[in-house]
Amino acid sequence: MSLYYVQKLLFQLNRDPALQKQFQEDSGAVLQEYDLTEEERLALTKPDVGELYIMGVNGQLLMHFAAFQGYNWDQYIKAMKDALIVHGNVKSGLYASLDGGAGGAV
Amino acid sequence: MSLVFAGVCSHAPGITGRAERADPQARDALYAAFDRMRQAIDDAKPDAIMIVSAEHFANFFMNNMPAYAIGMADYYEGPIEDEDWLKIKRRRIPGNADLSRRLISHVMNDIDVAYAEEWKFDHGIMVPLNFLTPRYDIDVIPANINCQGPPLTPLHRAYEFGRAIRRACDQMPERIALIGAGGISHWPATPNSGKINENWDREFLDRFIRNSRDEMISYSDAETYRDGGQGGFEIRTFLTVSGATEGAKGEVWYYQPIPIFAVGCTIAVMNIP
Repeated sequence: MSLYYVQKLLFQLNRDPALQKQFQEDSGAVLQEYDLTEEERLALTKPDVGELYIMGVNGQLLMHFAAFQGYNWDQYIKAMKDALIVHGNVKSGLYASLDGGAGGAV
Repeated sequence: MSLVFAGVCSHAPGITGRAERADPQARDALYAAFDRMRQAIDDAKPDAIMIVSAEHFANFFMNNMPAYAIGMADYYEGPIEDEDWLKIKRRRIPGNADLSRRLISHVMNDIDVAYAEEWKFDHGIMVPLNFLTPRYDIDVIPANINCQGPPLTPLHRAYEFGRAIRRACDQMPERIALIGAGGISHWPATPNSGKINENWDREFLDRFIRNSRDEMISYSDAETYRDGGQGGFEIRTFLTVSGATEGAKGEVWYYQPIPIFAVGCTIAVMNIP
């Protein structure tokens, strides 16, 4: 796992419209610049927001990456909930779910 | 002059971004409380607003994370988020590098604060400004406490940061309003988004308005994470306002859980002696 670099990419994407454009045009070229595992590369390329959530990507970074990738709010929450069913709880970081995501607004 | 106003408010992005999905009565009451705070700030005639928030990896990342940072620029930009997502237009926000430099120099007597001559505001600052300075006609001094990437600054240091800010403000000829912006309990950006521990929030707010330092700094991070979620770490922004108003008592002007906003929405002020 090179979760730090997944998050660094999302940090830089969230800040930089030029990088966003480059990512949309050729995500592979952008991802080459980061020390990522094949699993991480695939999750970012698809993109699979649910899997990135389970890996432990910080929620504040992932929330904006999801919006950038066209997820509306309900789709974003659902992607995380669905991933919990498939993969189990978050593997790292502070954004783990409680009770499978129960008690939320969506 | 000194500190002329101090209060706290929520900064959750849903407050603007998902406004149409909230219970209209609760939302309108929150907006009215924000407007009451705007009016109170206006009445205090500040020359600048210092807003102590907990940003979310917009500027500060895990390669070089300051526990405390204060902006030192003549202008800032925000929001960093997509305008349609946050429903706040991107714009330039006035700052005051000279005032920042003088404040930072004083704060550094007590707290090793980082300074930033460039800062892109995220919802942590933009949502409060959207309500409190809607014409963006007053200088903003942004401050940040790392509440995202542990290890986090201890609560007693967040209180000391406030005391240092107060001592600095007391040395300035300018009139300064101080806003702490953060959540109490919340689980934002998780599938539990919208879960709120109202009892925990109300107990914290009770300690806050009594400015009971020892009770406020008694929470361990493990307890906060368990009872208040990872968003609960943002109580540090409230503690800074407590430190800046040591000895004062406060009032809660609004508290109501609004699940689609993902936080117990809060507006509270401290009556500065």
